[in-house]
Amino acid sequence: MAREYILHKTRTALGRNVGQPPAAAPEARIRVPQAGMEERIESFRQALEKLSGTVDVADSPAAARECVARLLCGRTAVASNAPVLAECGVASIEGVRAGIADRKELRAACAAAGAGITGADYALADTGSLVMISSPEEARMISLLPPAHIAVVPLDRMLTGLDELFSLVPAPAALTSSMLLITGPSRTADIEQILVRGVHGPGEVHVVLLQRYTQKEEA
Amino acid sequence: MPEAYEQAIGAALSDEKLQSAVYSSTARLMNKRKEVVAAGVLPDYQELREQARAIKKHTLDNLDYYLEQFEARVTANGGRVIWARDGDDVVDFLTGLAKEKGSRRVVKSKSMTTEEIELNGRLEREHLEVVETDLGEYILQLAHQRPYHIVAPALHLTRYDVADLFADKLGVEREVEIEKQTMIARRVLREKFLAADIGISGGNFLVADSGAVVICTNEGNGRLATTLPKIHVAIAGIEKVIPRAQDLPTFLKLLGRSATGQPLTVYTSFLAGPRREREADGPEEFYAVLLDNGRTKLLADRAKRESLYCIRCGSCLNHCPVYRKIGGHSYPWVYSGPIGAVITPQYQGLLHDAWLPFASSLCGACAEVCPVKIDLPKLLLALRSEIVKSRAAGKGTTLERLAFRAWSWVMRHPGVYEMLGSAASAIAGDGGIPAPFRRGPLGAWLKGRDLPAIPQRSFRQMWRARKGS
Repeated sequence: MAREYILHKTRTALGRNVGQPPAAAPEARIRVPQAGMEERIESFRQALEKLSGTVDVADSPAAARECVARLLCGRTAVASNAPVLAECGVASIEGVRAGIADRKELRAACAAAGAGITGADYALADTGSLVMISSPEEARMISLLPPAHIAVVPLDRMLTGLDELFSLVPAPAALTSSMLLITGPSRTADIEQILVRGVHGPGEVHVVLLQRYTQKEEA
Repeated sequence: MPEAYEQAIGAALSDEKLQSAVYSSTARLMNKRKEVVAAGVLPDYQELREQARAIKKHTLDNLDYYLEQFEARVTANGGRVIWARDGDDVVDFLTGLAKEKGSRRVVKSKSMTTEEIELNGRLEREHLEVVETDLGEYILQLAHQRPYHIVAPALHLTRYDVADLFADKLGVEREVEIEKQTMIARRVLREKFLAADIGISGGNFLVADSGAVVICTNEGNGRLATTLPKIHVAIAGIEKVIPRAQDLPTFLKLLGRSATGQPLTVYTSFLAGPRREREADGPEEFYAVLLDNGRTKLLADRAKRESLYCIRCGSCLNHCPVYRKIGGHSYPWVYSGPIGAVITPQYQGLLHDAWLPFASSLCGACAEVCPVKIDLPKLLLALRSEIVKSRAAGKGTTLERLAFRAWSWVMRHPGVYEMLGSAASAIAGDGGIPAPFRRGPLGAWLKGRDLPAIPQRSFRQMWRARKGS
């Protein structure tokens, strides 16, 4: 009833008929800039550091593992099932739990852990953002419940920005129920406009960019 | 203007602490926006505004099509669209859902649309526990106040207000350090999140071709509310729909920058239905509530349809000299500032808050910063004209009409104008407007205004003297 009421009122207001196709829509505005990888890394670093995140570049999976261990600094962590984390051997770092399949257990583990370790589907150079597409490998909670978030991202996933992301993924809903952009640590300025990090989400965001062997050759 | 508002405004103007809080907060937001839309930083800012406006215009001109497309895609994603004519429909749906699922505990992320229908109070009366989880909104819920600002809801409160409030309502020790206050809220609210059955969010954008709700947040409470509970209900006005996911770059680049000077908010969630078959987590049920609540009425008005383009960035509030003086609680409804002055009379009925469109100097700062280029001063003028016309048809204010007729006659007769000018100057002398004239209707007019001193010699007199010499 409410449906028919609202649609009828809308059509009457607009002078449109049932099933009438829309006028031609303005073309979506997608402008992908040109930028080399060095430039992208630098831009990503600047953007994320400005938000108090950190960026490391690791030139091998072993180096990435070292980096994660150093960032963890002895804290407990839950790791996602992202293939890149398996490639780096993150699960063998002391205090890291990986491969949790049960949903309830995952939730309890995330709520108690000192950090969450994930991959990311893309990184956005101009804003310092991580793009997280929810999947069997990548749970949403791991980058959300613990007070720190560490992401390991293969360098070939570094895009220039939003425009490139939506030109590569024009229909996210075809892939997933949730695509999330994370741009720095959780923050609030609701009291006196004073910035506080880590209000509900992680107060720390660390990104380890993984340069794979093949990419080094290409470079 | 009704007396209650006059008093509220008077109180805001004479509260020094409040004046400085509002002034400095809005100034900071203005400066931050300016930095990130500067030509050197965002060279295509103006093009983005044009594009955003064109998309909004196109979508609203074909709204029924995009609403139906959105509904079809949400359904295909395994979610459900609920159509709501008003707040009653929303409450009926939610209480029915809670009853059916045996749920009682609701967590909410920030949403102006739910403020508009006073959802919290109404759900509480239905015996549901509703907790606001955005820090600012949580503080306001504890204080039983409505938002002071569209994006910075507790802008008017200080750490000392928050300290008293937390001590009183949460039974914690009085804490004045903002970081520690934030952590108290985190701790209390985390428990609420983990126990909640239903998460309610707003929606910054409804993406028609994807059946997705997009929410832009900074704290992470929006993510928690849409990830942890089994049920996610997104509530948004029908005007929030945009055609394609590919339109998001345009809007996302404008929204964060205009609101808080952020190139992107910390979290941008693109939520398309419940958790899929093999996905690790996420809600099991997904509902998108499409709210009318007066929007279709506004849609019918071609000249003012653009009021619906608003993406609620709050930039017009920050730049408005009136908002910055009288503050958010002096406005009659949840939407304050220039956009509030434009939409309140249109949603609530023209004569309900008829004074509101007149409370503006029409300086145009709001239109200059609006990311979707809504011509707010033009809309305010159109509303004024409608209000005056509808008054003329009814009882009207005879005195005002007579005064303007007289003024118009005087302005068309230079000799009379000059005579009155000399008379005024003679009466006023050096002491400004004499006391007897400060009573009656003129007094009412002068109460909120400073009239510049009347010069002893008029411009015309000086001009003649100059020509004669």
